Amino acid sequence: MTDLNKASTEENETLIEISGLYQVFGNKAKSVLPMVKAGKSKDEVLAETGHTVGLRDINLDVKRGEIFVIMGLSGSGKSTMIRHFNRLIDPTEGQIKVEGEDIMKLTDDELIQFRRHKMSMVFQHFGLMPHRTVIDNVAYGLAIQNVDKTERLASASQWLETVGLAGYGDQYPAQLSGGQQQRVGLARALCTNAEILLMDEAFSALDPLIRSEMQDQLIELQAKLKKTIIFITHDLDEALRIGDRIAILKDGILSQVGKPVDILLSPADDYVEAFVKDVNRARALSTQTLMQNVNNTLESQSVESAINSLNASQQEYGFVCNNEGYQGVVTRSQLEQAAANDSNADICCDELLIKVPSVSPTQSLQSAIPEALGHNFALPVTCKDGKLVGTIPRSEIAQVLES
Amino acid sequence: MSDTSWLSKFPQLERGDLIAIRKTLDGAYREFSRNYGDTIESLFDPLLTFLIWFEKLLIASPWWLTIGVILAIVYGASRSWKLCTGVFASLIAIGVLGMWDDTMRTLSIITVCTLLSIGIGIPTGILMSRSNRVQAIVTPILDVMQTMPAFVYLIPVVMLLGIGKIPGVIAVIIYAVPPVIRLTNLGIRLVNKETLEAATAFGATAKQRLFGIQLPLAMPTIMAGINQTIMMALAMVVVASMIGVKGLGQPVLKSITNQYFTLGLFNGLAIVALAIIFDRVSQTYAKRTQKHLGGMNND
Repeated sequence: MTDLNKASTEENETLIEISGLYQVFGNKAKSVLPMVKAGKSKDEVLAETGHTVGLRDINLDVKRGEIFVIMGLSGSGKSTMIRHFNRLIDPTEGQIKVEGEDIMKLTDDELIQFRRHKMSMVFQHFGLMPHRTVIDNVAYGLAIQNVDKTERLASASQWLETVGLAGYGDQYPAQLSGGQQQRVGLARALCTNAEILLMDEAFSALDPLIRSEMQDQLIELQAKLKKTIIFITHDLDEALRIGDRIAILKDGILSQVGKPVDILLSPADDYVEAFVKDVNRARALSTQTLMQNVNNTLESQSVESAINSLNASQQEYGFVCNNEGYQGVVTRSQLEQAAANDSNADICCDELLIKVPSVSPTQSLQSAIPEALGHNFALPVTCKDGKLVGTIPRSEIAQVLES
Repeated sequence: MSDTSWLSKFPQLERGDLIAIRKTLDGAYREFSRNYGDTIESLFDPLLTFLIWFEKLLIASPWWLTIGVILAIVYGASRSWKLCTGVFASLIAIGVLGMWDDTMRTLSIITVCTLLSIGIGIPTGILMSRSNRVQAIVTPILDVMQTMPAFVYLIPVVMLLGIGKIPGVIAVIIYAVPPVIRLTNLGIRLVNKETLEAATAFGATAKQRLFGIQLPLAMPTIMAGINQTIMMALAMVVVASMIGVKGLGQPVLKSITNQYFTLGLFNGLAIVALAIIFDRVSQTYAKRTQKHLGGMNND
């Protein structure tokens, strides 16, 4: 939830496209496939053929620059899923396109080049090489590309610094704590400058405090680097916190793909609903997810014209914005009283304006609630420069928190 | 149904048939060794030349120089003065008790056997670790190599190559190579899957994975295998002496046949001393190079 303009993410081009992906584990996977396609359940297929259905008819697309979270409980196939993106596992059937190129058609050499330059990966248990120092671990991706030693070490120490581990380069992974080791894992993945970052339950093995620290760091880095990140997790709070879009996987089937707010507010089926039931929505949702467009903005204008525009939009009050951004709220009744005195006065004056406090689009709904309590107006949302970007009607807040 | 003797006595082949089988197999092998023995023997000539050269080198060098070189190697591998002192004391004792030349002969053949075993064993272990099929084929062969009494496979080797150093080396290797093969295979298979996956995900080639990840991480296990191989090679010294391999084994053999208890004991202890030297040095070397693994939890 880093970018303010979710709409722009939506318009971004598709970077990765997966269509009709099936994964069946077993010796004669191909021959079992028709059965899976006919809709037999995982248990039925296992009982009849001894084959395990990993993934079933997966179709999804990942946009450039977004954090795409794949969420599911253990056994849902999410780790299998992410290994298809760089073909650590080959699908039984289906297409995986990256930038329009079908990566299933790559030759062995092309696949190696693809892995070296296009994608990098962070692992749940870090996957560090215990016999190499931290800096050599970070530089590993470049080392196997035969990048010159001084060059790769320079690049590696820069990334180590970025993740906050400057000075740890000469230690061995075993000397570091879990959180630090995963930072090394992250630095290693970033060091190859690959555009796509695969993160397989990257923070799941860390304790809660470190985990939320790492999430913050990831969000912060993402704001700078604008990578395309595919993030696997079993933790819905984590998914809601960092995901631009979330795919929910159950027993190898995609239940729902959507923005966090869609998942929370309109779950596609009972499974997703059960999942999101216990989520603290006030904390999980940011104000921007509930934000609506403003249709009652008033500029710095005369009282009379302000009454006219309120009449036109049939509103009882309006948000006043001038060149310096959002200023406050004026109500129709006050305007009408003022019009009795001087209908040509500017509405942008202290006597008329009610200073309704504004909230930022990135803060959590929970922290915005106190601001919504002192008055009867919709809650104005402004970005850093004071510009009004939207409002949240009180009814909307109530509705979201109620159900 | 009249003859029911097969119930009480195992229905074995006729005596004549058995003799025929033996004769045929023996004849065929004898024919084979007569026709190809010389050719095969000549294949081993370079090895023989090297063995003789190495043995002569060890015996002909002044004893203090040999001890100096051995101590240098021991210190280089272990960085331990304590170990060096122990090695020095045992070598001096061996020399004083008149076993210097035999010990050098044994040392030379063991060194060569160990190097050859490693040279054969590690690549075989690597092949085994890469394919379940190869593993399924090689494992029973290794079982046979380890359990078949050494004398049994000495027979065809001697028939083919006569007695001497080369058959001795072959016999020792057959007996000693299985541990290094097995443990190389095991070590590589036990390498953390995620670490290997990480290497693959970053675009490592099969060769980069093998030399950059699998072998270094399997090294503690492989070193244990090499250690076992050395011990088993030393254990074969006495058996090998039966087919003409000179060294500490021959006096032991002599003392068995003549009941010379002290001679046997001294030479036996010299073998033990060599074994301990090899063992401690390779162990401390392995430990020293694997220090970074200290405290690593294998998850």
